[in-house]
Amino acid sequence: MQGTTRKKIAKRQWKEWGEGYLFIAPLLLGIFIFYIFPFIQNFWFSFNEVNKFNVATFYGLNNYIEMCKDKELWSALGNTLLYVGITVPVGLMLSLFVAALLNTKIRGTSFYRTIYFLPSVTMSAAVAMVWKWIYNEQYGLLNAAMKAGGFSPHGWITDPRTALFMVMIVGIWGTVGYNMIILLAGMQGISRSYYEAASVDGASGICQFFKITVPMLSPTIFFVMITSVIGGFQVFDTIYMMIGKANTAYRSTQTLVMIFYRNAFDYGHKGYAAAISILIFSIIMLVTVIQMIGQKKWVNYD
Amino acid sequence: MKTSKYKKLLTHLILIAGIGITVLPFLWMLCTSFKTKGESMMIPPTILPERFVTEAYYSVMTALPFGRIYMNTVFSTVITVAGQVIICTLAAYSFARIKFPGRDILFLLVLSVLMVPGQIFLVPQYLIVQKLGLLDTLCALFLPNLFSAFGTFMMRQFFLSLPDELEEAAILDGCSRFQILINIMVPLVKSGIVALVIFTAKFAWNDFMWPLIVNTTTTKMTLAPALSTLQGQHTNDYPAQMAGAVLAVIPMVVLFFVFQKQFIEGVAHTGVKG
Repeated sequence: MQGTTRKKIAKRQWKEWGEGYLFIAPLLLGIFIFYIFPFIQNFWFSFNEVNKFNVATFYGLNNYIEMCKDKELWSALGNTLLYVGITVPVGLMLSLFVAALLNTKIRGTSFYRTIYFLPSVTMSAAVAMVWKWIYNEQYGLLNAAMKAGGFSPHGWITDPRTALFMVMIVGIWGTVGYNMIILLAGMQGISRSYYEAASVDGASGICQFFKITVPMLSPTIFFVMITSVIGGFQVFDTIYMMIGKANTAYRSTQTLVMIFYRNAFDYGHKGYAAAISILIFSIIMLVTVIQMIGQKKWVNYD
Repeated sequence: MKTSKYKKLLTHLILIAGIGITVLPFLWMLCTSFKTKGESMMIPPTILPERFVTEAYYSVMTALPFGRIYMNTVFSTVITVAGQVIICTLAAYSFARIKFPGRDILFLLVLSVLMVPGQIFLVPQYLIVQKLGLLDTLCALFLPNLFSAFGTFMMRQFFLSLPDELEEAAILDGCSRFQILINIMVPLVKSGIVALVIFTAKFAWNDFMWPLIVNTTTTKMTLAPALSTLQGQHTNDYPAQMAGAVLAVIPMVVLFFVFQKQFIEGVAHTGVKG
C-alpha cells in the first residue's frame, strides 16, 4: 500500500520536474547558444587575432598590449567619459525638474507626460538624421536662427570642438522624457503627509523639494542614474548617423562602442574588437561598482 | 492665493517651452518632407512649405525598395514579439512557480546576461549567424533577440506577485502545468504581457546595430539601417531624408498614441521595481 502511494508521489514529482525543465528549455537553449557561448568565445577571441576570413590564431596578450598603445582608443575613452559625465547629470537634473513640475496640482499633466515621452519611442536613427539636418551648416534651422539673432553661423557637427556637445544634446533630448516618467512615478509614491507637515512648519516648495522629495526619491534617482550611465557608455546610433567617417569631427566624437564597431565589422580586426568589448564591460562594471559603493552615502531605503 | 496662481502660470509656461523643444524636431521633419529639394535649401529657410509636394516621399520609394524594407521591419518585429512572449512567458512561469532541482542557479545564469553590455556577444553572434548561412536573410534579423533575459525577468516578477493557492486546486484535479498556464495564469498576467509586447516592439522596430551588421543587401534590411543608406545616397536631398524619417517613425508613434497608458505605466513600473 505504502509503496504504491510513494510511487505515485514520485511519479507526480517527476512529471512536475519534467514540465519545469521543458518550459525553460527553449529559453535556455537560446541563451546558451546566443549569449553564454558567445561570452566565452569573445573572451577567447580577445587573446587571438581573428582575420578577415574569421580564422583565429593565438595572439597572447598582444591585443591588450596594443590597446594600451592605441592613442585613438584612449581618446575614444576620453570622449565616452565626457559624454557620460555630461549627459547623465544634465539629463538627470532636467528630468527631475520636469517631473517636479508635473507633480504639482496643475491641469493637463497627462498631456504633458505624453508629449515629453514621445522622443523615447521614436527611432534614434531617424531622430539623429533630423538633428543633423537642423545642425546643417548652410541650410540648417539652427544657423538660420543664429543669423536672425545676429550671430555668425557655425559648423556645429563638423567643428571638432562642438560636435560631441551637439550629439550630447540629442542624447539628452531623447532620454529626458523616459527618465522623467520613472522619477514622476517615484514622486507620486511619496506620502502626502510629509509635505503637509512641512507646509505647516512653513517650509517653502523648493525647501520641500530638497529636504523631502530628493531624499525620499533617492532609490529611484539611483536607479535612473545607473541605467543612464550604462546607456551612455553604449551610445552608438546617433553618432553613427550624424558623424560620418569623412567628417572632420570624426575623431573627436568617436566613442568606445564606435571604435569597437569599426574594428569588428569595418576593418576586420575581430580579435582586437573583442578585447575592446572586454574593456567596455570592465569600465561599466567598475563605474557601476563605484556607484553602488557611493550610494550608501546618499540613498536611503526605508 | 494670488501667488499660487502666478506659480501655476509659470509652471505651465516652463512646461510649454519644454514641449516646444521636444516637438520642434518632429515638426521640422514634417515641414521639410513636404518641400521641394530647391525650397529646402533656401536662405533664409521657409517655415511651412510654400507648395505642399509629396515629391520627397516618391523619391524615397524609388531610391530604395522601401515597401520591401517596411515589410521586413514589420516581419522581424512581429516574430521577435511573438517569440519573446511565448519563450519568456513559458520560462518565467517555470522559474517563478515550479520547483525543480537547479532552478535558482539556472535563473541566475539567465540574469547574468542582463549585466553584460551587448557588444560582448556581438562578434560571436555574428559568426554563429554566418556559420548557419543566415547572413542577409530575414532570419538573421530576429534570431538572437528571440531569447530575452530582460523579458523573462520581467514576466517572472508578474508571476511571483500572484497568490500561491491559485494552482493548488487545478493540480489536485490533475490539470497539466501547461493547461494551468494557459487557462489560469495567462489571463492574470495580461498587463505584464502587454508591457512585454510594447517594450519588445519598440526595441525591435528601432534596433540599429544588429540589423546593420547582419544584413547588407537593401532588400533584406530593416528601416533603421536603411535610413543610413538613404542618407548616403541622397546626401543633399533633405526632403527625401526627412520623408524617410517620417515613414520610419510613424508606426511607433501611432502605436504609442493608441497605447500611451500602457507605454507609460510599463516604464513607470521599471523604476518602482528597481
